[in-house]
Amino acid sequence: MAEAQSIPAGGAVAVAAESTVATRMSAPPSFDVADFPVPHGREEEWRFTPLERLRGLHDGTAVADGSVKAEIVAPDGVTVETVGRDDPRVGRAGKPADRVAAQAFSAFEKATVVTVPAEAVPAEPVRVSLHGEGGVTYGHTVFDIGRFAEVVLILDHTGDTVRAANVEFQVGEGAKLTVVSVQDWADTAVHCSQHNALVGRDATFKSVVVTFGGDVVRLHPRVSYAGPGGEAELYGLYFTDNGQHQEHRLLVDHSAANCRSNVAYKGALQGARARAVWIGDVLIRAAATGTDTYELNRNLVLTDGARVDSVPNLEIETGEIVGAGHASATGRFEDEQLFYLMARGIPAEEARRLVVRGFFAELVQQIGVPDVEERLIARLEAELAESIA
Amino acid sequence: MATLEIHDLHVSVDGEGGPKEILRGVDLTVKQGETHAIMGPNGSGKSTLAYSLAGHPKYTITGGTVTLDGEDVLDMSVDERARAGVFLAMQYPVEVPGVSVSNFLRTSATAIRGEAPRLRTWVKEVKETMQRLEMDPSFAERNVNEGFSGGEKKRHEILQLELLKPKIAILDETDSGLDIDALRIVSEGVNRVRDSGEVGTLLITHYTRILRYIKPDHVHVFAGGRIVESGGPELADKLEAEGYEQYTKGGVS
Ligand SMILES: Nc1ncnc2c1ncn2[C@@H]1O[C@H](COP(=O)(O)OP(=O)(O)OP(=O)(O)O)[C@@H](O)[C@H]1O
Ligand SMILES: [Mg+2]
Repeated sequence: MAEAQSIPAGGAVAVAAESTVATRMSAPPSFDVADFPVPHGREEEWRFTPLERLRGLHDGTAVADGSVKAEIVAPDGVTVETVGRDDPRVGRAGKPADRVAAQAFSAFEKATVVTVPAEAVPAEPVRVSLHGEGGVTYGHTVFDIGRFAEVVLILDHTGDTVRAANVEFQVGEGAKLTVVSVQDWADTAVHCSQHNALVGRDATFKSVVVTFGGDVVRLHPRVSYAGPGGEAELYGLYFTDNGQHQEHRLLVDHSAANCRSNVAYKGALQGARARAVWIGDVLIRAAATGTDTYELNRNLVLTDGARVDSVPNLEIETGEIVGAGHASATGRFEDEQLFYLMARGIPAEEARRLVVRGFFAELVQQIGVPDVEERLIARLEAELAESIA
Repeated sequence: MATLEIHDLHVSVDGEGGPKEILRGVDLTVKQGETHAIMGPNGSGKSTLAYSLAGHPKYTITGGTVTLDGEDVLDMSVDERARAGVFLAMQYPVEVPGVSVSNFLRTSATAIRGEAPRLRTWVKEVKETMQRLEMDPSFAERNVNEGFSGGEKKRHEILQLELLKPKIAILDETDSGLDIDALRIVSEGVNRVRDSGEVGTLLITHYTRILRYIKPDHVHVFAGGRIVESGGPELADKLEAEGYEQYTKGGVS
């Protein structure tokens, strides 16, 4: 069903065949790390990931010996608590789906719960900044968004750490949550994280995942619906440099009626050893009549040798839906666009910058948080300047 | 006075069975103020000539020379050629997603003119030029060529021609796909640039109808990768009446 698949000649890019969600996982979701065998690398969910670079997060050898500096800026009315794993709010939005996510759940000491009370509409975003200070860290964060609340969360990740940490977004009835998660790690960092969003009745969840840094970043943004009428928009943007592995594995689980989801991820890869993976699973269960879903992944390969695997997958158990579609396309840098701009006197470097900026522009405009948009554009410019130099 | 001199130009493309020669010895001189029409059957190599002059990487020059006022054009990169004064209005203009027309035009004008045009006069200049080409102002905010109709793309090419004021303008089938009104509007745009007397025009076309608006000084018949006959405006009428058969059947390989 891929609508647009253009695979450049030369074999630099592979787009894997579709496979089904059900056959993919080697164990069902669980909170207990012991329920997952240690992966050997050939499993469907691990076959793209360089296990040897996970520094032991996947096999139980990574001992929590590091630290992250956490800074949370919470507007008035928003509360921040530290709780134990037995707190009823912990784990409500979903179970770990693979061994590393379960390891994170089994290994964290205290969870952080950030609560936005019902009907609260803070004027400022909630900002959570995590700065890695070396070593292995585990964590768990819950964002509990009350009914009809409206809030923007900005999660920043910088510095160096080997980290497995899950994040939950519990979005109450009619609430509107926008989350921007920026992975701007140092080049040595490893980051594995499952983002579970549980979208309440008539609630709106918008997630913007931006990945620039890290040695290995492997994220699982996952959405399920607690009631009908929910809406999820999942946007992502990655700029994968030489030597980096950036993997985004999405799941939208439509189990309630009349919910919508829209997924759009775009990535640019620069450098012969840049590696990106995008998996987009959408499940429409029998009860999810009236579902409307679309997912898209586009990749721009800026240099020969960079490799991206893009696997969209749609499983539909009911015919009574509004719409379901997906598109995946991976293209080499557009020589025709470059020629056109240069034929108007624009030097090659500037033309490249225009084309890449243009590639991301539409997505950036979707974010709807002006200061984040500006920061992102600035960060993109810096990545481009670096990659061109 | 600017002069473009093409001498014995040979060009090939990489085909499936290895390189394929398309241009086989093109000779042509275009001077500032002159208009040359090039007419010829499909596949004869007209666009290949146009793209080769602009420096498209797909085409390999295997022989010959191209100079602009004595400067070696073939030695210049694509953007250098444009800044030296060569402009190609493309047969199939390219869509550039996420780049607005206004940003594109200004970036281009800045590159060609060597400095950023003053904002106030620039905005006015663009607005007036668009008005004369009967382009809706909303085009400035749209992405370059994205979703433009065939005719809108051609107007956008001529808008650039008017703003960039090249020394040599190569118009590759700018008239194709235009309705009667659009043909007149686009032709008037070309003529405004020609009237300055500062541009040499190479007009590639299949139809004589555009030559009623844009009067050529010279007409060339292009067949089999080279110019096979040259004459005055009357040659176009002869072609219209008789077709290309005599050039494609006999003699020309
Ligand atoms: N990559 C390629 N491989 C093989 N042949 C090619 C390739 N690119 C172009 N050609 C051939 O070169 C020839 C000249 O093409 P060109 O586009 O220059 O013709 P044209 O005169 O502009 O035609 P038209 O009037 O249809 O626009 C054609 O026969 C075309 O098929
Ligand atoms: Mg042509």
